[in-house]
Amino acid sequence: MAEAPKARPRNPNLRRVRGPSAIGGGSRRFFELLWLLSLTDFKKTYFGTVLGYVWSLLRPAAMFVVLLFVFTQIFRIDGSNVPNYPVLLLFNIVAFSAFQESTLASVESVVAKEGIVRKTQFPRLVIPLAVVATAFMNLGVNLIAVLVFMLAYGVDPTWTWLLYPLILLLLLTFTTAVSMILSSLYVRYRDVGIIWSVLVAVLFYGSAVLYPLESVPDEYQNLVLANPLTPMFEQGRQWVIDPGAPGALVDGWTGLIIPAVIYVTVCVMAVVVFRREAPRVAEDL
Amino acid sequence: MAKNETRRMRAIDDVSFDIHRGEFFGIVGRNGSGKSSLLKVLASIYRADGGTMFMDGRLAPFIELGVGFNPDLNARENIVLNSVMMGLTRNEGLSRVDKVLEFAELEEFDQLKLKNYSSGMMVRLAFSTMLEADADILLIDEVLAVGDAAFQQKCADVFVEMRESDKTVVLVTHDMASVERFCHRAMLLQDGQVRMIGDPEDVTREYMRINFSHGAEGLAAGVLSEDEMAARVVDVWLEDAAGRRVRDVEIGDRLRVRVEVEAQEDIERPLFEVTFSNSQKQHVVGFVEKDEFDLLRAGERLVVSTDLENVLTPDRYHLNLHLCRNSNRGDIALQGVDLLDFVVFGQTDAPGLVEVEVESHSRIEPGGDGDG
Repeated sequence: MAEAPKARPRNPNLRRVRGPSAIGGGSRRFFELLWLLSLTDFKKTYFGTVLGYVWSLLRPAAMFVVLLFVFTQIFRIDGSNVPNYPVLLLFNIVAFSAFQESTLASVESVVAKEGIVRKTQFPRLVIPLAVVATAFMNLGVNLIAVLVFMLAYGVDPTWTWLLYPLILLLLLTFTTAVSMILSSLYVRYRDVGIIWSVLVAVLFYGSAVLYPLESVPDEYQNLVLANPLTPMFEQGRQWVIDPGAPGALVDGWTGLIIPAVIYVTVCVMAVVVFRREAPRVAEDL
Repeated sequence: MAKNETRRMRAIDDVSFDIHRGEFFGIVGRNGSGKSSLLKVLASIYRADGGTMFMDGRLAPFIELGVGFNPDLNARENIVLNSVMMGLTRNEGLSRVDKVLEFAELEEFDQLKLKNYSSGMMVRLAFSTMLEADADILLIDEVLAVGDAAFQQKCADVFVEMRESDKTVVLVTHDMASVERFCHRAMLLQDGQVRMIGDPEDVTREYMRINFSHGAEGLAAGVLSEDEMAARVVDVWLEDAAGRRVRDVEIGDRLRVRVEVEAQEDIERPLFEVTFSNSQKQHVVGFVEKDEFDLLRAGERLVVSTDLENVLTPDRYHLNLHLCRNSNRGDIALQGVDLLDFVVFGQTDAPGLVEVEVESHSRIEPGGDGDG
């Protein structure tokens, strides 16, 4: 048996170990893990089932058909007021789906990866981020289908289409922030899951997804506009589908103050909450 | 959303120690003594409320094998994923895939999804992934508890290798035999505090001492009667053919084992089991008592006398016994470890741990004329 190695003088290479954190383990590892995890999930939706990609399009498509029928045949949204309404509807539903799927799936994501969280030193932030990244990869593919539909329907391409990624970026940031808050709070408060499933439905009907903002009665417009998602959808509509639409500035710059404040607050909260909760996740699970 | 009332407990407190490069360091202690919490703090899974910790080198951030495997991916993809979790880049992970598969002896299953793997294959894959990731510091929690006997042997071989290598290993375990076999030093935790750091032999002895109070007279190593134990060993000895107590047994002589156990509580359907462990702490042979009883009442004594063929080869042995409830080996009422220190002496040419009666013939045949 070999002798135990002798004690050495204090090693100058010793680094302080800071314990678990949201990012822990270096940024390269963080991004490699994020990429691998989201790619894996993304592949799973494409190759894991027989119909693969069809499923990820089928849900928004089915919703689109039903809502289109309801709004054009029953409530009779007038095509002359809202040009290209079917395109707008599909476009909005696909974008909202990305938000909805990300946030709903991320609620339980950290808890679902319990094994990893409790038994490895894993950058916790990767988990909700991977969920969001997967949903947005899906959104990217779905937008191609929407583009085909749009051109077939006869929407004229304009240079403002090139601005749309800005809106996607805003949506991605907001979705990420909400997902971070939900996934970290759910660890301690399981009520979050139920509350969010209701809230997300409220947001769906309260976000100018199904209807253009100008068709909302004046007294409620501010309420709908307070929702940070509404300006994104409205501006997207103006840039991509209907250059004549009022866009996010329907109420002037002042109308954007409230949604902007909410947007920033949510993002700041996400960072604060996640940073506070992440190191404790393993114990709280 | 009212916050649940929680009771705060200090899992570990005022624990301070150094582990040197290349050291194989054991952490032992009873359930709830804080071993696993400490390991999780070391692995940056839990955050310590106070104190500082320094480390040099790359740490394998796992404390259990196979964590992070995705059952829907095949072995290759999982190896890459796990390597990245270990802190390698994707390319480094890719370049190690073949080596990992080779060590795990799973080359032909590389495209099989992990959900179709047997648990043994999974453990092999996990273990070799961990080894090939080439971390400087490994934290291992009871790894030997998983896998079949053959794999455990493989783990043991690797541990012996690691013991001599430059790697630093921290092993948390209940198994004193592993501590003595692999560790350079060990630490005993009790109620979240360091009770002792030192030679593995001293630490395991101390562990035994605090866990088992001294038993009755006549025992070679009195390590019995834990508070919770439902029975105590009254006496245990070996006899020769004439019924005299003996200390040592000559090879080939029958082993005549006599044990008296007194129940301190009612024990339903007692199951009695004995094993003999050699100087390497390996449990070589054993037996389960065949006679069955419905109930052993508190105060009653179970007297077991067993004669068995002595297949043990010359070495120093200990007798270990278990008394279990409800014919269930998991439901231990009494555990006696390292009782009755005895030696088997004599001469034999038989290699191996046991010597069995062999009937064997051999002959020599002329060589074939094909490839002469």
